[in-house]
Amino acid sequence: MTTMTLAKALNAGLRRAMEDDPKVLVMGEDVGKLGGVFRITDGLQKDFGEERVIDSPLAESGIVGTAVGLAMRGYRPVVEIQFDGFVYPAYDQIVSQVAKLHFRSGGKIPMPMVIRIPFGGGIGAVEHHSESPEAQFAHTPGLKVVACSNPVDGYWMIQQAVASDDPVVFLEPKRQYHADKAEVDEDAVPDPLHVSRVVRAGEHATLLAYGPTVKVCYAAATAAAEEGKELEVIDLRTLSPLDMAPVYDSVSRTGRAVVVHEAHVNLGLGAELAARVTERCFYSLQAPVLRVGGFDTPYPPARVEEEWLPDLDRVLDAVDRTLAY
Amino acid sequence: MTTTRDARTSIGRDLALDLYQTMMTIRRFETIAGELFAAGRLPGFIHLSIGQEAVAAGVCAALEDTDYITTTHRGHGHCIAKGGRVTEMMGELYGREGGYALGRSGSMHIADNAVGILGANAIVGGGIPMAVGGALAAQLAGHRQVSVSFFGDGAVAEGVAHECLNLATLWKLPIVFVCEHNGYAEMTPVSTHLANPDVTQLAAAYGMNATAVDGNDVAAVLAVSREAVARARNGGGPSFVQARTDRWRGHFEGDPQRYRPREEVQAMTDRDPIAAWRSVLGAEHGVSDDELDSMDDRITAELTSAVEKAEAMPLSDPAGLTRFVYPEASR
Ligand SMILES: Cc1ncc(C[n+]2csc(CCOP(=O)(O)OP(=O)(O)O)c2C)c(N)n1
Ligand SMILES: [Mg+2]
Repeated sequence: MTTMTLAKALNAGLRRAMEDDPKVLVMGEDVGKLGGVFRITDGLQKDFGEERVIDSPLAESGIVGTAVGLAMRGYRPVVEIQFDGFVYPAYDQIVSQVAKLHFRSGGKIPMPMVIRIPFGGGIGAVEHHSESPEAQFAHTPGLKVVACSNPVDGYWMIQQAVASDDPVVFLEPKRQYHADKAEVDEDAVPDPLHVSRVVRAGEHATLLAYGPTVKVCYAAATAAAEEGKELEVIDLRTLSPLDMAPVYDSVSRTGRAVVVHEAHVNLGLGAELAARVTERCFYSLQAPVLRVGGFDTPYPPARVEEEWLPDLDRVLDAVDRTLAY
Repeated sequence: MTTTRDARTSIGRDLALDLYQTMMTIRRFETIAGELFAAGRLPGFIHLSIGQEAVAAGVCAALEDTDYITTTHRGHGHCIAKGGRVTEMMGELYGREGGYALGRSGSMHIADNAVGILGANAIVGGGIPMAVGGALAAQLAGHRQVSVSFFGDGAVAEGVAHECLNLATLWKLPIVFVCEHNGYAEMTPVSTHLANPDVTQLAAAYGMNATAVDGNDVAAVLAVSREAVARARNGGGPSFVQARTDRWRGHFEGDPQRYRPREEVQAMTDRDPIAAWRSVLGAEHGVSDDELDSMDDRITAELTSAVEKAEAMPLSDPAGLTRFVYPEASR
């Protein structure tokens, strides 16, 4: 048992993945000597050497494209994109190559690559440094997309993503990196990677969240409980594929669902979740599935981001609206 | 390459003082911004160009008001040198409605089309193609405008930089690429990110005129810029200027800079472009220390007033955020 922050847990998980498999490489801007701007790769270059932890030039397209070649030749590259908004120079590689190679090669070329992206806002940054691009990747067949929300998941999910032969876009809620600590049992048997999980049980409505909004929803459920409303909170963890069984099970019982993500609501993950819940739980639903998320604008300046991000009040407001039906 | 001495002889007293004023305004603006940030009064991130002022001042002094620039996350200096207004800039840093972009863009995206600042850009390399586009627009319209793109040594590793060098040379565009070479991309030294740290060689390979200059010598920067700008204006196509300079501060304010020894920063301050220019002003133009000190005071007063005005501006209004998402809706 070790008490860790999410940042430390990801670091420990990466370290263990590198120990377990000599083919695991880490690449990215400032990941080596510096240990990454968020210190997620801290100390890895010192311990595993410059050949396994590679400080790359400022060239996202080149970094991801090179990782494709590495993956084709038996390596398991873990690429760090420094901030969400810097993934776009590599978007072409991710969507045109990473996502399609296995299919295009008739199953002959595996793509065991992890693309780590610190995502989401709440750190007082600006446009390009606080975005939530998950839907763009989840919309792309051939990519797996996961989001961790806490240290325990961070520790296990990163190892599972590295061990997977699929390319995984691995989203890390950057505002949670140093926020909370949790006990990580390094000998535990973790849940599989692509599994969603009920993190708080309740009977009146279901909150669906992932990454940074899990904490927001948990707090909302705690606040609602004081008023006698019991909210079930599901940490989706896997965004592509979605693991709908726990969601259907929950909504069939509660009859109400609210999806909460930082990404823009329009065509976000919430739209897909609402559609699927409606298709499968239609006769159990007491209210339409509601969505709480970022507004349909570019990410706002630091000064007003708190107004833009879904917070406790906006979640509780949606809960009240769903309960009022 | 032009020697510093030759470069200086073509600079009269007024221009020499202008160069000083520009550099000092940048230095003071950023020093104040750094203090305000440290005091928690500015939101977001800020990246300072203290130590690099001679590049901004020297290049922009070779431009007309109607010429264009694009710049980077470290762009306050270029904006000031191109005629950006310090009050609106400060307002933008403060996230206030009176800022250049109503406080919604912050330090890394300052733009002012009216004075040819097509924009700073938080995406490394993001401004380079915009400047190429500006140059193409000038060429198509038959205007004799010149476009300048400022970018760092780190940006040279991005694919888009090479796409742009090729395009500009191929189409013989009126553009000057100015690589502000401070030896670092964030915390990573140039030895780790560029195969050839002499970027002029890369540019020359595309077939354009490429010159290396001491970016801490404002006269030398001005001389090579004049040559490059004249070439562009006269239909001679693009040029590349690599200005070697020093970033005194961390990559961003708050960067503890554990990756470089203190002595390195000390050595940089010994190459202070502003102190050097002050000596030239005294020795060659007979400008007294008193005269310069009172210019410094006027600059400080102007910036203090900019800060006061920025603080008096209303905070950026969250209710207005949905405005300007689409041009058509904003008519
Ligand atoms: C596409 C992209 N990738 C990464 C970053 C993060 N980043 C910001 S500045 C910087 C280094 C830039 O170095 P250089 O171009 O030399 O400019 P300098 O900071 O030295 O002025 C990096 C990696 C970014 N802003 N955009
Ligand atoms: Mg640099």
